[in-house]
Amino acid sequence: MQTEQDSQDGTTAEAVVQIRNAQGLHMRPAMQFVDMASRYGCEVTVRNDHGEVDGKSIMEMSMLAATCGTRLTIRASGPGARDAIAALKELVEDRMFDEPPPKEEVC
Amino acid sequence: MSRPPRRRCAESRYRLMEIKKGIAVSPGISIAKALIIDSEEYRIPRRTIKPSQRMAEVQRVRNAFRDAINELTQLKAEQENIQDRTIKDIFAVHMRFLHDRSLRKKVTDMVGADCVTAEYAISATLGEVASHLAREKDVYISERAADIRDMERRLLKQLLGRKREDVTHLRDKVVVVARELSPTQTAGFDKAFVKGIATDAGGRTSHSAIVARSLGIPAVVALENLTESVHGGDVVIVDGNRGIVIVNPDEETIQQYEQFGRELAEFEHRLVALREQPAETRDGVRVMLLGNIEFPDEAESVLERGGDGIGLYRTEFLYLNRLTEPTEHEHYEAYSTTMKAFGDKPVVIRTMDLGADKYTQRKRISPEPNPFLGLRSIRFCLQNLMVFKTQLRAILRASALGKVRVMFPLITNLHELMQAKMILRDVMEDLDDEGIAYDRRIRVGIMVEAPSAALTASTLARDVDFFSIGTNDLTQYTLAVDRGNEAVSNLYSEVDPAVLRLIRAVIQDAHKARIAVGICGEMASQPEHVMLLLGMGIRVMSLSPPMIPEIKQVIRSVTLADCHQTARKVLSMSSERQITSFLRNATRKILPEAF
Repeated sequence: MQTEQDSQDGTTAEAVVQIRNAQGLHMRPAMQFVDMASRYGCEVTVRNDHGEVDGKSIMEMSMLAATCGTRLTIRASGPGARDAIAALKELVEDRMFDEPPPKEEVC
Repeated sequence: MSRPPRRRCAESRYRLMEIKKGIAVSPGISIAKALIIDSEEYRIPRRTIKPSQRMAEVQRVRNAFRDAINELTQLKAEQENIQDRTIKDIFAVHMRFLHDRSLRKKVTDMVGADCVTAEYAISATLGEVASHLAREKDVYISERAADIRDMERRLLKQLLGRKREDVTHLRDKVVVVARELSPTQTAGFDKAFVKGIATDAGGRTSHSAIVARSLGIPAVVALENLTESVHGGDVVIVDGNRGIVIVNPDEETIQQYEQFGRELAEFEHRLVALREQPAETRDGVRVMLLGNIEFPDEAESVLERGGDGIGLYRTEFLYLNRLTEPTEHEHYEAYSTTMKAFGDKPVVIRTMDLGADKYTQRKRISPEPNPFLGLRSIRFCLQNLMVFKTQLRAILRASALGKVRVMFPLITNLHELMQAKMILRDVMEDLDDEGIAYDRRIRVGIMVEAPSAALTASTLARDVDFFSIGTNDLTQYTLAVDRGNEAVSNLYSEVDPAVLRLIRAVIQDAHKARIAVGICGEMASQPEHVMLLLGMGIRVMSLSPPMIPEIKQVIRSVTLADCHQTARKVLSMSSERQITSFLRNATRKILPEAF
């Protein structure tokens, strides 16, 4: 699921992603996420059921404590928002942070 | 960079005077501002700062992040050839955290809003992240809490390490307050500025207590949670004589202590002048004053205080805090170092006297139900011959260097004494076979500290060269009182009539057998007991080194005739209370400063 809309200062894009690697969003994946988000000039926020955090802060991202199966809403606004969302979605769902999925299909 | 919000912090609240009791480990009085040395290994207590210090404190936070980044960069460079991906990832993750603006802002905002120290803000912020993660059920996530704690330590290390360094170049007089201090930390203190030491942990025999004593810095330890009630810059009084620390004393208390400190300094000054004087009564009876030591580095302080030798060299330090047995070489190193400093002065080495502690208990399957009556001290040695022989070999080898005496602790009957002596002879034969030098006529003595040994002293005296009365254990065993147990410790007294009768009997038996007899318990360190002991016939006392000058002063102020009279009176008294007050009054007359 991916939506786009124009806003005053450029573009806003949003996507809902699901964590698929077995170990969830632990430190290294959180770092990959932050590094990827930081490549873009837009603001990136990530939301779960409890609240919203800054997608460029490793502390805040790790506080999400997102385990395998968790759904997160990534939102980008500003220059490059669409590209940022596409890249982040690819990192989380397709590359699965270069980590294996769980052995049994629990996610 | 965002400024800390101008929220009002509680103006440093009026702090009440607080009196804390601990254990006095190094005598003297000091009054100075507190310098708190926290450790990244322990929880950082919440401490507040004045609103005017906020900007400086925020700067400390930024510096800590900058220094931690530099440290990590350097570490990473040193490990460049490590190919392990996980290690590389750990470095990378830590680096991202240290560069995280959101984290830094949270910490600086906390300093600004709550007026807390940089240490506390870092610890609290990262602590919150760590406990948030630790709460997660998923182990992959919850285990990450350890990484966060690691980063917390790294940041705190910057702040605390700098502070620890500062202690070595101080410009103001301070009282160092810490949870615990390592001996090397204590040894690095500049005596001109570190005026007192107060710690939460520790005991009389902890290394830092000993270092404080030898540096002559007043110190009180075992204050439990002192670090939580002191804020940096609070005025603190350390009373190293009575084991008291007063935080934020009122004007009246400060004046009282200043006066007390002056009197004490004057008194000390006069005692130092005594160093070259002999411990001799006014009518010319010479008393031998020896020191009790725990570690080789204390030997120096015995000489500095004018001691005649070492009357009790405790060797337990060699066995503690380690998992392997001390080697013969380690024993020998410790003893020979001391012997070199003492020339021809006597050094009494007591063989291992452990019991009911980690060392003896780890060899057991289940702990002893009644360790004070269990396998301890010489009993343990007689059942662990290799351990015992290793120590005896080293003691004998050291005897080639000077006047070494060997002393067996906790002998309770003749059989044990004969066994111990037989083993000593075995070791001597081994040394003979190997052509290793030792003193063939080394004097052998025992501690008389069990009532059974005191009661059979006349028998034991035939087989030893000297007795040393260990009044601490003798009192505990005679009165059936554990003096560490608050509920009954008031029953503990070395001058209880029962204990005094045993001491008198031991002295008389020793005199009859023409062997030397001394006192090495704490009783010998108490000025009020000097006259009694001399009157009972004691001429050798071994005591804690700092007390040597004061006891010498008492000895030099009395005549043996007075002492005899005192002893006669005391031995006719029937209650401990009567004896205690009588001795106190008698001593106060000759040495009012001692009380």
